[in-house]
Amino acid sequence: MKTRETDTDLSRRSFLKVSLMASGALMVGVGFGGQSLASGGKDETWVPNLYVRIDHDGTVTIVSKNPEAGQGVKTAFPMVVAECLEVDWKDVRVEQAPLDDRYGRQVVGGSRGTPDGWDDLRIAGTGALYMLREAAASLWGVPAGDCSASSGTIRHAGSGKSARYAELLDKAATLPVPDVAALSLKSRPEDFNLLGRFVPGVDNHKILTGQPLFGADVRLEGMLYAVYEKCPTFAGKVKNANIDEVRSLPGITHAFVVDGTNELTGLLPGIAIVAESWWQADSARSKLKVEWDTSHSDSTADFDRQAASLAGGSGKTMRHDGNVEEALGSATKIVEASYYYPFVSHANLEPQNCTAVFKESGKMEIWAPSQNPKSGRALVSRVLDIPQDRIHVNLTRIGGGFGRKLRSDFMVEAAWIARAVKRPVQLQWTREDDMRHDFYRPAGWHHFRAGLDDSGRMSAFDHHFITFGNGGETISGAGLSADHYPAGLVPNFRLRQSLIETHVPTGPWRSPGHSAYCFAYQGFFDEVAEAAGRDQLEFRLDLLSRSFGEPPLDLKRTSDTLRIAAEKAGWGRSAGPGRGLGMAFHFDHGGFVSHVAEVVADGPNIRVEKVWSGIDVGPVINLSGARNQVEGCVVDALSTAQLEITFAGGATEQSNFHDYGLLRFNQAPEIECHFIQSDHPPMGLGEPPIAPATPAITNAIYAATGIRVRELPLRRAGISA
Amino acid sequence: MNQVKLSINGQIHSLDLPPDMPLLWALRDKLDMTGTKYGCGIGICGSCTVLVDGRPAQSCRLPAAKLEGKEIVTIEGLAPNGDHPVQRAWDEEDVPQCGYCQGGQVLTAAALLERNPNPGDEDIDQAMSNVLCRCGTYFRIRKAIKRAALEIAAGEPA
Repeated sequence: MKTRETDTDLSRRSFLKVSLMASGALMVGVGFGGQSLASGGKDETWVPNLYVRIDHDGTVTIVSKNPEAGQGVKTAFPMVVAECLEVDWKDVRVEQAPLDDRYGRQVVGGSRGTPDGWDDLRIAGTGALYMLREAAASLWGVPAGDCSASSGTIRHAGSGKSARYAELLDKAATLPVPDVAALSLKSRPEDFNLLGRFVPGVDNHKILTGQPLFGADVRLEGMLYAVYEKCPTFAGKVKNANIDEVRSLPGITHAFVVDGTNELTGLLPGIAIVAESWWQADSARSKLKVEWDTSHSDSTADFDRQAASLAGGSGKTMRHDGNVEEALGSATKIVEASYYYPFVSHANLEPQNCTAVFKESGKMEIWAPSQNPKSGRALVSRVLDIPQDRIHVNLTRIGGGFGRKLRSDFMVEAAWIARAVKRPVQLQWTREDDMRHDFYRPAGWHHFRAGLDDSGRMSAFDHHFITFGNGGETISGAGLSADHYPAGLVPNFRLRQSLIETHVPTGPWRSPGHSAYCFAYQGFFDEVAEAAGRDQLEFRLDLLSRSFGEPPLDLKRTSDTLRIAAEKAGWGRSAGPGRGLGMAFHFDHGGFVSHVAEVVADGPNIRVEKVWSGIDVGPVINLSGARNQVEGCVVDALSTAQLEITFAGGATEQSNFHDYGLLRFNQAPEIECHFIQSDHPPMGLGEPPIAPATPAITNAIYAATGIRVRELPLRRAGISA
Repeated sequence: MNQVKLSINGQIHSLDLPPDMPLLWALRDKLDMTGTKYGCGIGICGSCTVLVDGRPAQSCRLPAAKLEGKEIVTIEGLAPNGDHPVQRAWDEEDVPQCGYCQGGQVLTAAALLERNPNPGDEDIDQAMSNVLCRCGTYFRIRKAIKRAALEIAAGEPA
């Protein structure tokens, strides 16, 4: 076994603990140093943030601490432990952890799971193996270095002796625990036996046989079902409602007004209806008549008017390198274009839901499909005034998150209702609730000007970004880093920003910001390259060949992904009539991804036939999970490019899949992934592939049809997919 | 309340149901069979798909009282041990991401292969376009259906 030590920082941060449990099982845990100090260095209260347990029957159990939303962490993390522990995957069981501060970060978001878990997972597996090897060596009286391990067995070639791990547990528990810094951790694909393979998800059997897994699959003794009606205009308050009439309807056990708070991300005012079955609660809701007190009337039409007016203004300068006006004045050619994308919804297929029970002891227990259960617990604690240590949160499988379930409004609603009715309650939002009370990805307007020099390079890049704010600050999901490329890639650069005030709730949506504005940047690059008479690939590789000051992204890794996607797509070939190839690169959340899309067109009717992807997120952990995220992101991009959320009278106009129609089966392209397993630690992949997918598609649409898509959804450009 | 007798996964259930209660909610809230999922409530996303006399149907819009005398199969009943060729192909191709829609996808695919054991791409498009997948597993679903078709053709027990 070839191993390499890559991280010299490990000993400072993490340490190992080994214990023999009453059952005879060996438990090896990894913890942060700070935890041990917090408990005075005593072991009694110490619980690892991650553990692996080996039972006497040879079963290896690995706890999965993060919520699973389809990003594959519940399979990928245990794979890392199994790889380092040298056990067969079939012998591994995975347990979902509840929310527990001792596990550290428990979030699905920011593509952070993999980079955050990588060290501790390897330490747990490698540390456990170290103990077992030492145990065997000590029993046999041979040097541990002469013992090898595979498939849950330690072998000594010289003597021909071998022992299953299960036979070594008692001895291992008596040995000193190794210093983490002394462990040699596998880090590269050539070290791996299991990692990098195509491994199906650990929950597949339950999913495919319909066993309970998701939030709304929870069933508790005496449980009631709830719906919660909120004002269509965000944060409107209840003036009056026919509560008594609704309460008398069949099956209804409770109906009451919740005053709520003003916080858009918290407990909004509304009316709870609780019944013996969800159908009865929802049927009663259709009889509900509410008069609302509303305070604003945001509308898409008004946003558009404001954006047009702001476009003529100067905006606030966020960054200025060189002198853009001067460079534009001396440019041989100026290219100018404006791009727009609308608000969009997360539309996770599982509408928000949460189950809660408030016990006589004053404890609250919650089952939540939450991407950020810790923040949900804090919100429940604050609004209901229950200490956090009296709130227990169970993590259920999440039926799609995409950032929506980082917000915990549904958790605090369920908790409030459960405490009020003194029975276990399952709150299930309708699809309409979900779409009308999302935290949307904000719309944005980008006005670009680029100056070309006589060599056809961009000498100046001027960008006025019109986005949304509240109280003069950009709102969640509406920001843009002043250091975003092409800052640092052109000698003269200016970014200006203008804000439209809004009361609309917004939030992180898969690869926040990037998944929206990458379309604008890479679409405009296409226009600039064409105006310069240059090939799209050559133009982009040249743009990535030099920097002015700090480069905004790793130029080589970005270029390499673009090269491989282009090569595999056969860039430069003649696509033929009614066909076209388009490309885009991007970097976000630690991942480098480029796509080339091929579109076939019949007039303005297009079909994305195939997408080739070049990806560098370091070593691949689960090939299936990695490909799944790329495939999913491409489909998500093509789907979202055809959708928009609009507002009128302060409320969302769309309500269900009839007017927010996600991509269907017959529209999905084939996707071919090419991973560059560069010599960097692995990064997450739930987000990086989506941003460049949209412009690769719209640029291919241009190549196939001659129609430049500068506004989304596609139908605004007359394109039908 | 109406007294309704339903045949679900080969078992007869006698239920007291509110009039007009869709099959979806009879399954979920009366029988605690939660494999069938709620997605849109208007019969267009397909998460709630069940088989009624072998044909895919959207249970969120199907009054349970009208299903007396019909054979209903839910995802729990297709093959409880998961060894139906479609379930096996789904696992081998690792189709599920979040998994929420997959019960509906599997039942729809099983019904397709039952009436057309060797479907072409257009047949697959037509049958599968009734079930939405937000995670974007469509490409793998196509591969899994083809894999299951091969397995069925090779004489594996269906």
